[in-house]
Amino acid sequence: MIELFVRLIRRPQGLVGVTLLALIAIACLFGPALAPYAPEKIDFLGRFRPPGWQNWLGADQFGRDILSRLMVGARSTVPMALIATFVGSAAGAIIGVGSAYLGGRTDEAIMRTNDAVMAIPGLLLALLLVSTLGNGAGNAVIAIAVAFAPGMARVTRSVALNVRNQDYVKAAIARGEGAVWIIFREMLPNVMAPIVIESTIRVSFAVMLFATLSFLGVGAQPPASEWGLMVADARQYMYQAPWGLIMPSTAIALTAIAFNLVGDGLRDALNPKDER
Amino acid sequence: MSLAWFARRLLLMVYTVIVVSMLVFAITQVLPADAAQSLLGENATPEMLAALRAKLGLGAPAWQQYLHWAGRVFTGDFGISMRTSQPVGPEMLSALSRSLLLAASSILVTLVVAVPLGVVAALRQGRLADTGVSLIAYLGVSLPEFVTATLLALLLADTLHWLPATGYVSPLEHFGDGISHLALPVLTISVILIAHVMRMMRSETLDVLKSDYIRAARLKGLPERTVLFRHALRNALLPVVTIIALDVGYLLGGIIVIEEIFAIPGIGRALMVAITARDLPSIQAGALIMAATYAVTNTLADMAYAALDPRIRYD
Repeated sequence: MIELFVRLIRRPQGLVGVTLLALIAIACLFGPALAPYAPEKIDFLGRFRPPGWQNWLGADQFGRDILSRLMVGARSTVPMALIATFVGSAAGAIIGVGSAYLGGRTDEAIMRTNDAVMAIPGLLLALLLVSTLGNGAGNAVIAIAVAFAPGMARVTRSVALNVRNQDYVKAAIARGEGAVWIIFREMLPNVMAPIVIESTIRVSFAVMLFATLSFLGVGAQPPASEWGLMVADARQYMYQAPWGLIMPSTAIALTAIAFNLVGDGLRDALNPKDER
Repeated sequence: MSLAWFARRLLLMVYTVIVVSMLVFAITQVLPADAAQSLLGENATPEMLAALRAKLGLGAPAWQQYLHWAGRVFTGDFGISMRTSQPVGPEMLSALSRSLLLAASSILVTLVVAVPLGVVAALRQGRLADTGVSLIAYLGVSLPEFVTATLLALLLADTLHWLPATGYVSPLEHFGDGISHLALPVLTISVILIAHVMRMMRSETLDVLKSDYIRAARLKGLPERTVLFRHALRNALLPVVTIIALDVGYLLGGIIVIEEIFAIPGIGRALMVAITARDLPSIQAGALIMAATYAVTNTLADMAYAALDPRIRYD
């Protein structure tokens, strides 16, 4: 574990990713305590104040401090993406391993259906689900989790097919272990590494998808200072105060880049031979 | 490409469309406890509710409702829009045609830009050009469409005034005006697609250049240009067909946001309008048409791939 971490941060991409992730984690944990202003504090004299010593990243149309809103908003953005990815990956992993375990025609049927579900673009599936379940951050998380599951199922299954043919799985079948035991105790632990890598990269998609749903008005609801929502708000005033738009956009991009870098770094650290 | 494989692939496409239609129907009409109530909102009178329930056939069991709906859809009848009282089908299909124009132009721009860049990055592996290209690719995939779209609009429309910010003019009627209105959305979609295709092209070219037959071609004394263009690129280009087909799925999702931002009356925007207005027949038609479009493009790409690469033998 420690050796893996050292290998991860030895490359500049990995180091940048880990550093960014640490900063994001700090913002999520201590954001409200560290923020210079209250996120809802309205200051009519400071409307559209450009970045400077009073408001480091500028102020929005109500004179609210953008840095403070970003730091507090980290909580309503990043953990949501993490939960959605975790639930979606777990569901997908179980479907994938289960399908590989069952094998044969059942596997074929499950995977064909899975592929069919993947024909619905993720954003479209998420939008349909949210429009049925009702707008809100919680439902957006459920929708993203559902939209992620088929992709994870496909990735997991391709790895699990190899595991299925290993001697220890055959031994477990010969011992007469039940399907649930074999799937959860024998197969799942041995496909964890690729799942973790894939999930890490997917968090960046989840961050973007969640922000997009909020941007479209069906995810996090005002007055939350969710980043996608901040971009949607700032669009009206983008000519007067482009920083209102650029700062939350940068926050989203940096978060996505951080998870991408760490995911790619983990993959490289686990397969040192692959030069790409 | 055997006939059996061909038939199997078509069957798979039909299966995909059926599964998708079931899922779309289940999410929109079966999952809500009372679809009529959620469609009309809290202010609906009991008479209105009863009328809508009868219209949607909500009294019947779910599978009967589905078969009834699917039967109508199969004959091209998607129902009447609850918002405009017009037939949904023709409206959605003409919206789709505008979206396809947007998608096709984006793919064209992507190919023209991404393929050469990917090859250059591969040839200069590890050097400045490669790092620069990889960095841009990273940025491209790390920005959500709505951010890329708004930033590009801020720069090219609001600050530099080069392009109109929103709206749609048919290029068939006013070519110049139509193109300039398409430019921003196409640019936004291309930024993301270019990142994908470029990364793919780079790693494929690297792989092919390491292969034995390229070594053989070089040892034979062929000039590097011939090796690259006649031997390497032909094989490196093949997977681009697949990645483009996969990106169409992404494209159809991303198009929802892009059309919303740039006010393009395509299928994505039509779907957003339908979702906001809770126009059930339009939501179902829009979602189904989008997913079916993806299923068809994917099948076509698979067939094109099999036809282009005689080494691939599917059973």
